[in-house]
Amino acid sequence: MIVAVAALAAKAPVIPGSDAYGKTSKCVKDNGTFCWDWVRDRWSGTVGPALVQHIQLAVVAVVIGFAISFVLALLAYRARWLVPPVTFLSSLLYTVPSLAAFYILVPITGINDFTVEIALVSYTLLILFTNTLAGLTGASGDVRDAARGLGMTPTQSLWRVELPLAVPTIVAGLRVAVVTIISLVTVAGLIVPDGLGAVIYTEGLKKNNFNTALIVGGVLCIVLALAADALLAGLQRLITPWAAARRSR
Amino acid sequence: MPVDTGKTAAPLEFRNVTKRYEGTDAAAIKDLSFVVPAGEVCVLVGPSGCGKTTAMRLVNRMIDMTGGEILIDGKSISGRSPADLRREIGYVIQHVGLFPHLNVANNIGTVPRLLGWDRKRIASRSAELLELVGLPAEMGKRYPSQLSGGQRQRVGVARALAADPPLMLMDEPFGAIDPINRDRLQNEFLRLQREIKKTVVFVTHDIDEGIKMGDRIAILREGGELVQYDTPDAILANPADEFVARFVGADRGLKRLALTNLEQVDLDEVTCVREGETISPGTWVDNDIVVVVDGERKPIGEMTRDVSSDSAVTLGSARPVGASIPITASLRDALSLMMTESIRPLLVLDGEGRVAGWVSIDQINKAVRQVPNESAAIDAAGIDLDK
Repeated sequence: MIVAVAALAAKAPVIPGSDAYGKTSKCVKDNGTFCWDWVRDRWSGTVGPALVQHIQLAVVAVVIGFAISFVLALLAYRARWLVPPVTFLSSLLYTVPSLAAFYILVPITGINDFTVEIALVSYTLLILFTNTLAGLTGASGDVRDAARGLGMTPTQSLWRVELPLAVPTIVAGLRVAVVTIISLVTVAGLIVPDGLGAVIYTEGLKKNNFNTALIVGGVLCIVLALAADALLAGLQRLITPWAAARRSR
Repeated sequence: MPVDTGKTAAPLEFRNVTKRYEGTDAAAIKDLSFVVPAGEVCVLVGPSGCGKTTAMRLVNRMIDMTGGEILIDGKSISGRSPADLRREIGYVIQHVGLFPHLNVANNIGTVPRLLGWDRKRIASRSAELLELVGLPAEMGKRYPSQLSGGQRQRVGVARALAADPPLMLMDEPFGAIDPINRDRLQNEFLRLQREIKKTVVFVTHDIDEGIKMGDRIAILREGGELVQYDTPDAILANPADEFVARFVGADRGLKRLALTNLEQVDLDEVTCVREGETISPGTWVDNDIVVVVDGERKPIGEMTRDVSSDSAVTLGSARPVGASIPITASLRDALSLMMTESIRPLLVLDGEGRVAGWVSIDQINKAVRQVPNESAAIDAAGIDLDK
């Protein structure tokens, strides 16, 4: 899907041609504070597709990162000895500076979305693993004792009790991960011509700090992060009505 | 010998049960043997560290024993899958452990769902149990965080009863409830138990709760050693040793009085006269007081013997009735009232407020001296567990 969108984006001129410059306003030529007409002209060709790519890069990273973290957390919940090594490895990945990670990976995996996703996914692991595990172990001893005493097998107890009770903590982790990743995808724009980072870098920084591109890229990135956070918060309220009942007391 | 009541209640037997934790020399439970007849409440009581909770948790294999055998309805639990076994045993713990993410109805339906009942049957069973524990049907939709402590405890009992288990395990079920609500929940449970007649193993550290709740009490000492197993009355009357005597308390005589109520006592007869009746010298029997009653034998006043014995009774010559006490009160309450009323006999009234008799310090004395008519200690061989 990313490839398809990348192909779509490639049809639009990456660097404005002379005719485009010819049509542009005085604002763009003089690099005014903010040029609405540039945004209007380049929305369908550059900014819109970049936004879509940004969302896709972030969503793929969080989904894959969550899938890996979730499985690791379930394993670690059953086999507690796994907790220190998994935490150590995911912390290690988390501490590598993002830019460095991209440059370390490029010689191995090349300049492509795959490289970007590897780096992004590795950043989600620590947050998602830690929160999922904390959620699972967070059920009170009495609740767990009751589940066992009423005749639930360990697997039934995990899926019917510990996991549903872990949802608020897991979603809290997802919210942090999503916001972090949305901002990190911007850095990926230095490596691949995708996402809002590419708008900032290619259209802004590389063109004598073209103000409009810098602002559009930055603002959309913030709006996207806020929207994603609100979406997840709303989703959590929907699937855990009991947590709201608890809060209202 | 208890009648086999089938599925609704099953006898429980501990046979030389031992539990030793790895890495420790002392046993947590040492050679524990006793039998709980079907439909009776057996209270495990003792100081902390005596192994009472451990003993209870051996029954549903929350903890596995090291030696010996536990039989439910004559069948050993050792070969059973722990999860299957637990679904057949009700389980109530001190902090209830309701599932916060499930509403009350779904909490109650936990075991039926594990047993694969269909939705409709689970829903109707949940509603039935809410009613049984005295909660309104609308409460089924609430979440545990929206309930009071007492309501949660009732839901916990309902959840334990959901699949109609023949045996219930209750670990300090009312331990976290304030004294007033605790008393109410205890009374409610006793009323419920009279209705459902389950075999219950009830753990508490509070001997007073044990005396109140138990048909039988097993007193354990540190190291899981059974010191005495008998009815509350027998234990209070004849503590097996110094440890039991200390544990039940120096006021065990008074505690025993609390076990007997006035209905179980031979009351002295009351001489009653209707208003307007003539008191003949023969009316004064061996009591010096006659009670003036209305047409329904309800007391209006009383008179003390005097020389002018041949006169008609008028309300004017009677004084108001002294202390009276309902027949459902315990001997302990009667004694207490006598203390405040200068140890004179009390007028006992029945449920409708009619005169039932006199109770004096003599009856209370007699009751205290009475040895429990049959020691209820059960000889395991006496019960046909294998049926």
